[in-house]
Amino acid sequence: MSAPAFIPKNRYRRRRDYFRCFCWIAAVIIIFLLGLIIDEIFTKALPAIRHFGWHFLTSSEWRPNRDLYGVLPMLFGTAVSSLLALLLALPLGLAVALFLSENFLPRPLRQLMRMIVEMLAATPSVVYGLWGIFTLVPLVQHYGEIVVHHCGWIPFLHGPAYGNSLLTASLVLALMVLPTIAAISRASLVAIPETLREGAYALGATRWETITRVLLPYAAPGIVAASILAFGRAMGETMAVAMLIGNSQRLTLSIFSPSNTLSALLANQFSEAEGLQINALMYAAFILILLTLGTNIIGELVLRRTQRALGGGS
Amino acid sequence: MNPTSINSTELLPSSSKVTPSGVTNETFIKVINFDFFYGKKQTLFNINFAIPSKHVTSFIGPSGSGKSTLLRNFNRMNELLPGVRHEGDITIEGRSIFDASIEIIALRRRIGMVFQKSNPFPRSIYENVVFPLRIMGCHKRAHLNETVERSLRSVALWDEVKDRLGENALGLSGGQMQRLCIARAIAGQPDILLMDEPCSALDPIATAKIEELIVELKKEFTIIIVTHSMQQASRVSDLTAFFNFGKLIEFDHTNRIFTAPIEKQTEDYITGRFG
Ligand SMILES: Nc1ncnc2c1ncn2[C@@H]1O[C@H](COP(=O)(O)OP(=O)(O)OP(=O)(O)O)[C@@H](O)[C@H]1O
Ligand SMILES: [Mg+2]
Repeated sequence: MSAPAFIPKNRYRRRRDYFRCFCWIAAVIIIFLLGLIIDEIFTKALPAIRHFGWHFLTSSEWRPNRDLYGVLPMLFGTAVSSLLALLLALPLGLAVALFLSENFLPRPLRQLMRMIVEMLAATPSVVYGLWGIFTLVPLVQHYGEIVVHHCGWIPFLHGPAYGNSLLTASLVLALMVLPTIAAISRASLVAIPETLREGAYALGATRWETITRVLLPYAAPGIVAASILAFGRAMGETMAVAMLIGNSQRLTLSIFSPSNTLSALLANQFSEAEGLQINALMYAAFILILLTLGTNIIGELVLRRTQRALGGGS
Repeated sequence: MNPTSINSTELLPSSSKVTPSGVTNETFIKVINFDFFYGKKQTLFNINFAIPSKHVTSFIGPSGSGKSTLLRNFNRMNELLPGVRHEGDITIEGRSIFDASIEIIALRRRIGMVFQKSNPFPRSIYENVVFPLRIMGCHKRAHLNETVERSLRSVALWDEVKDRLGENALGLSGGQMQRLCIARAIAGQPDILLMDEPCSALDPIATAKIEELIVELKKEFTIIIVTHSMQQASRVSDLTAFFNFGKLIEFDHTNRIFTAPIEKQTEDYITGRFG
């Protein structure tokens, strides 16, 4: 049986070919641009890489006036602020994801909550920064002093407490990565076949038992992927962090002290940098791009694998 | 009218009675004037019948006739859905399952359920079987091990999986998964086993195995099975209930339903002359 003569057989196929061609070109351009960016950064960083080598990563001296550059405090600040943000956002994000995927709330309320979370994702970074300056900074300053007074002997909690601190930046970061965690976790919870929930309930499991013993283990790979992607986002986040973290180049271990991250360092110093400082900043940028790119690739791979596993399992 | 005073035979449609001969007339589950609504839509209409203990009862009837809906009322699974409502009563051993003093969790632990599509949890075979015990707070190794062996032996799965209890249950074949789900459903030692088309996704060999199993399991459990297969109903069940448009049309001994149905609708359905 052949297609009716009045349908031009090749037209659709040709259109599809054009479209595919267009997609290929777009993909190649994107890869090319990314390569160009990395190459540009790397070339500009090269003098600093030659000059400081690995020492750049292990030194905690950042002194432009003496042309001494080391990013250990920023690496530490980046890692700790992102990790702290993740620790704060993960329980909250999971709770939101559960609220959005399970029938705790009537549907209209769920829709509303989902919209609010989406709005969090759409809020510009600088707005978070402003809100942080006017709301969070005084709060952290006030309660930080109390905590330091009573619990200063605990590692990472010693004083003095500043408003512009690692903790303040982490709090805002937590809010900013919350939508990522909530959305991806929700997607993996929603993907769980309804029969699995019913199976648990039919065995006499409570909702809590169903969630903790069946749903969360099933969604765990997706939640891990969500966390990795959120971590990557937190590491790269710049504006709000630069406004709140205090921009101190000193390595301090308390969450109440000012600190710095790679991205905030770049944002704050680039406009006035000259000479070797530019190369050093480029070196820092190169490290940052490697870190965020690596984290995102790992996160995507985990996510891809979980999706494939779920697809194959059902 | 006090429902518990009604003799089980009185609850049957007057045209078709379960004769006591061969059936211990001890009523176990009783459905009394039962109506069910999804929102405004009524799906079950004035259902009345009584099921004796340790028998297999099959629910047959065309698609959408309300078999699953009724089945899911016995362990109150329908209450997970919003906007559902019922009228009338269901009693087990004379006690209403809707009574305020009945804990829904406790009720569900007394009633195992097997679904159309097998639904093992994505954990080890072992953890699947002991799930009901774990949520009851039992963590004694010896008891768990013993339950795993007993339950898996009951479903004739023990020899096939005893060397890989720690492996993920999702690696089993379809038939094995369904038998695992039955093992999980009986691990908590319920009295009643509800099965909603348990073989519809299985090949004939796996189906035959599960049918054998059902006949074996009725020594211990009161079983209600929904099926679309007339052969299956006649092979495994002692009693058969035929539903149509949300009404119980006929309820009788299985052989009677299949050899000498009283209602024309029943006859049309089992002889395949139905819509
Ligand atoms: N969750 C639901 N919400 C609303 N209506 C429903 C729901 N589930 C079932 N129904 C309706 O209730 C009626 C009975 O459905 P039910 O699933 O009990 O039929 P069934 O006899 O089990 O059919 P099948 O043999 O196809 O499984 C159908 O009309 C169906 O559309
Ligand atoms: Mg059904």
